[in-house]
Amino acid sequence: MSQNAGIEVRVWRGGAEGRYQTFRAPRRENQTVLDIVTWIQREADPTLSYRFACRVGVCGSCAMTVNGKPRWTCRTHVSKVASGGRLTIAPLRNLAVIRDLATDMAPFFEKWRRARGRFEAAISRDDPLVPVSPESPERRAADAAIECINCAVCHAACDVVAWRGDYLGPAALNRAWAAWNDVRDGDRVGVLAAATSEAGCGNCHSHQSCAEHCPVGIDPTRSIAGLKCAGLMALLRGEL
Amino acid sequence: MIRPACNHPGYWAFLLHRLSGLALVLFLPVHFWVLGTALDETEFGVFIAWTAHPLVKFGEWGLVLLLAAHMTGGVRLLMLEFLPWSERQKTRIAVSLGLALGFGAAFALGLV
Amino acid sequence: MSARLFLLQRLTALILAPLVLVHLGVIIYAVRNGLSAGEILERTRGSLGWAAFYGGFVLTVSAHGAIGLRSILIEWGGQGRRSATAIGWAAGSLLLVLGLRAVWAVTGGGA
Repeated sequence: MSQNAGIEVRVWRGGAEGRYQTFRAPRRENQTVLDIVTWIQREADPTLSYRFACRVGVCGSCAMTVNGKPRWTCRTHVSKVASGGRLTIAPLRNLAVIRDLATDMAPFFEKWRRARGRFEAAISRDDPLVPVSPESPERRAADAAIECINCAVCHAACDVVAWRGDYLGPAALNRAWAAWNDVRDGDRVGVLAAATSEAGCGNCHSHQSCAEHCPVGIDPTRSIAGLKCAGLMALLRGEL
Repeated sequence: MIRPACNHPGYWAFLLHRLSGLALVLFLPVHFWVLGTALDETEFGVFIAWTAHPLVKFGEWGLVLLLAAHMTGGVRLLMLEFLPWSERQKTRIAVSLGLALGFGAAFALGLV
Repeated sequence: MSARLFLLQRLTALILAPLVLVHLGVIIYAVRNGLSAGEILERTRGSLGWAAFYGGFVLTVSAHGAIGLRSILIEWGGQGRRSATAIGWAAGSLLLVLGLRAVWAVTGGGA
């Protein structure tokens, strides 16, 4: 594939209703999909809407659907995904499209809240610190889940999220798992109650699409399994 | 409806489990109905004789496999959720159990 | 799927696993020994043991199947929680009624 021939790129334009628009972008060495989207907006069509921030794979803002899979476009080399010199770029699945490649992240964060992902303090700043050993099983479990940066790739990859809009989803539940494993939290039962609710972890069928796609290497299926087990134990002990 | 985000084992395990479960839940009322005809022994006898038919044998073989498949998927899920995490091992264990069950039963029933 | 429903689903699954194995064993025995309808019924009629075993089996599978069906209705069938739950109850009840009738037919009722 000669670099001068360029690459054919189909990009989603519009909102929920729209169409794919085709561009021919120049092909370069070490080119990422974000480079292509940037080129299109700067050189071909300034009306293209998309999100990005760090460009170096630490913020998660540039997540889009590339050739059918949710990925970080700044960390996706064109050479790895362009099949037969073609690229298809669309907004993330399972979120409403604001315009072109930008989705409405509000419902994603709403699910985060509903899964009780926030920390509830049990003590005040006047109380002595609670010692937490990094080797304790709870801290290990929390650490394995804590690196999530809310990019919504797992949420896009999850079929159950696609099938039922109310399902809290892998990111929110992974966060709940991290929160539940924080022994300093003042209402751990509350986290479990939220996570095991009707729209919660019981709906996960362990497809593991989330783990397959997480760019940070988190395994939300594992976290959700932990929540399922903890939830059952709490229910049997009469705590839930 | 079915557009897997990715073509990987976890998804197929789920699909097998769900479709076999659905087939079983649709078959069960029929199965119960047939058994209910034992209220009249002659009718029951007729049904039992009918089970010698090759098509019925094929159906029975299918049902045994469906049962084994569904149980495999179920056991895999139970292990994933309630035993310490090690996905690959558990899938292998569940699959071998299921295959053993399926073929063992099919052989024993004289269907294979 | 709420915590309680999830518990019931997993619990019934755990109970069903050994019951299914026993059931398969029973079928294999019957087929291997070429039992006729009359011979099968001879062994099951009037048996409290078989009634208890299959009665429990029917109860468990009715719950398990109904809950599974409910999930399918919500995720693939476009049903809301209310309608899916209602249909689930109906399916579970149908299975229970037909199933217990079958257990009665084979262990208690009839000629």
